[in-house]
Amino acid sequence: MQRDRAMDICRKLETSVAGAVPVLVGFLRDEILKTGHRNAIFGLSGGIDSAVVAYLAVLALGKDHVYPLIMPYRESSQASVNDARQVLADLGLQERMFDITPQVDAYFSCQERATHLRRGNKMARERMSIIYDQSVVYQALPLGTSNKTELLLGYGTQFGDLASALNPVGDLFKTQVRAIAGQLSVPESIRRKAPSADLWQDQTDEDELGFSYEDADAILHLLVDERLTEEEVVRQGFQGELVDQVMRRIRQHQYKRRMPVIAKVSSRTIGIDFRYPRDWGM
Amino acid sequence: MKSIRVALGQVQPVLGDVYANADKHMAFIDRAVEQGADVVVFPELGLTGYLLRDLTYQVARRIDDPDIEKLIGASQRIDVLFSFVEESAAHRFYTCSVYASGGRVIHVHRKIYLPTYGLFEEGRHFSRGESLNSFAVAEYRAGIAICEDVWHPSVPYLLSVAGMDVLYVPAAGPGRALGGDPHSGSQLFWERLIRTYAQLFTCYVVFVNRVGFEDGVFFFGHSAIAGPDGEMVGKVESHDERLEIFSLDLASIRKERYRTPLLRDEDVHFTQRTLARLVEGQ
Repeated sequence: MQRDRAMDICRKLETSVAGAVPVLVGFLRDEILKTGHRNAIFGLSGGIDSAVVAYLAVLALGKDHVYPLIMPYRESSQASVNDARQVLADLGLQERMFDITPQVDAYFSCQERATHLRRGNKMARERMSIIYDQSVVYQALPLGTSNKTELLLGYGTQFGDLASALNPVGDLFKTQVRAIAGQLSVPESIRRKAPSADLWQDQTDEDELGFSYEDADAILHLLVDERLTEEEVVRQGFQGELVDQVMRRIRQHQYKRRMPVIAKVSSRTIGIDFRYPRDWGM
Repeated sequence: MKSIRVALGQVQPVLGDVYANADKHMAFIDRAVEQGADVVVFPELGLTGYLLRDLTYQVARRIDDPDIEKLIGASQRIDVLFSFVEESAAHRFYTCSVYASGGRVIHVHRKIYLPTYGLFEEGRHFSRGESLNSFAVAEYRAGIAICEDVWHPSVPYLLSVAGMDVLYVPAAGPGRALGGDPHSGSQLFWERLIRTYAQLFTCYVVFVNRVGFEDGVFFFGHSAIAGPDGEMVGKVESHDERLEIFSLDLASIRKERYRTPLLRDEDVHFTQRTLARLVEGQ
């Protein structure tokens, strides 16, 4: 029952983005050009989210203004690199590869008991550090590739893959990113494979999270977009334990979605009563 | 009665830059004059941008400010309806729209309903307008209601009682709630709204919505005019800046009010008595 209900909701989510591409393309063009930049840069992992960002960015800015970086670690899957290369070939983009193995291994050579999580986070931050450095070289704004499912579940590394200047896919659930990938004719191999942060060999997001993206998207949609209570979501056929787990993740990771909390001592404090839109500075 | 040629000035304001926006307004006015329009209508806060927050304090202008007088002066060539943050002598801040004609102000409308929910925070920065009336323009009577004002049916109703052949609705309508349709839920609602009001009040409704993005919020444009029979007179089929001119045949108001005499039959005394009793009962 849970599966059927989740799939029904996901179909509805997919349908709802039928008209989203022009909005996302307009967003990228408008919010980038008004900063005085013409170029975008981001990490291209071979996964569906960054592939969609690549296609959107090319539509918004033209291929000469889009700089995806491929940044594998020595244990990264070769298939992911191949998928990323397929995106470049399809869009006529030049390959820019940075192997992060030397700096990551140098650091962990004196951090012997580092967990998978620490290593994964370090790699994500290493990649973002490179993106921001290269953004100066290419005079490009870094684009985020985290979708709404990841942002709500906190499935990402703070100041790593969660960092960006602009994020065109942050209000799209994973299911909706897949639907848009279809609209944009992202290569089939990328659309069909199991999502993976590629943090270690054979890792998949769904194994690590302990639930499927369809279940997560359906529950998140009901809790967040539809403002249902946990009890109401359970009454729709979802397991109480799973709903509880999703809700706990949303709350637990709220800090990742906010700027750092500042101790208020003055009459005008940044983020509290010094309130300006980002576009003020443009 | 004759027809009037209305130019829909669907602009993309620069957030917080009154001078740049005033220049753009002047350029649109020039084009509207060249194309033989009788009036050019600009969207809500076209002179300042919408998502102002603390910028409200900086962009506010008195109605006798030289920046504002310049636009009023331009109405010697063509009637101009424009919108900005008005600061009163008592230093209250209003979202206002001015109808200027023959180089002078004919009417000022201060926005009454300030949305302060969801993505909106107008009540935090603006004072609420406290009066409402229609006004005479050449051979017809007009009313102005700014954006959220018309989400309250009492506003067009009161204007209709005051006498209204054309309802001008300057708006900063964000696109949200995507559905299966290529247009957002909010955009579809707006079209239904203006058609319904046009038919019920047997008048023209001129909806002018801004375009562009501010901090990721998308303003969908698609300015439009509905006629007294509830049918669309014309629509700007675009999310981009446009100046488009449509003719309003004022004779069709006469025909429609004879065919469907809703205004003749409207019993304002009944409304007044019942409203007084209901409000007292609360």
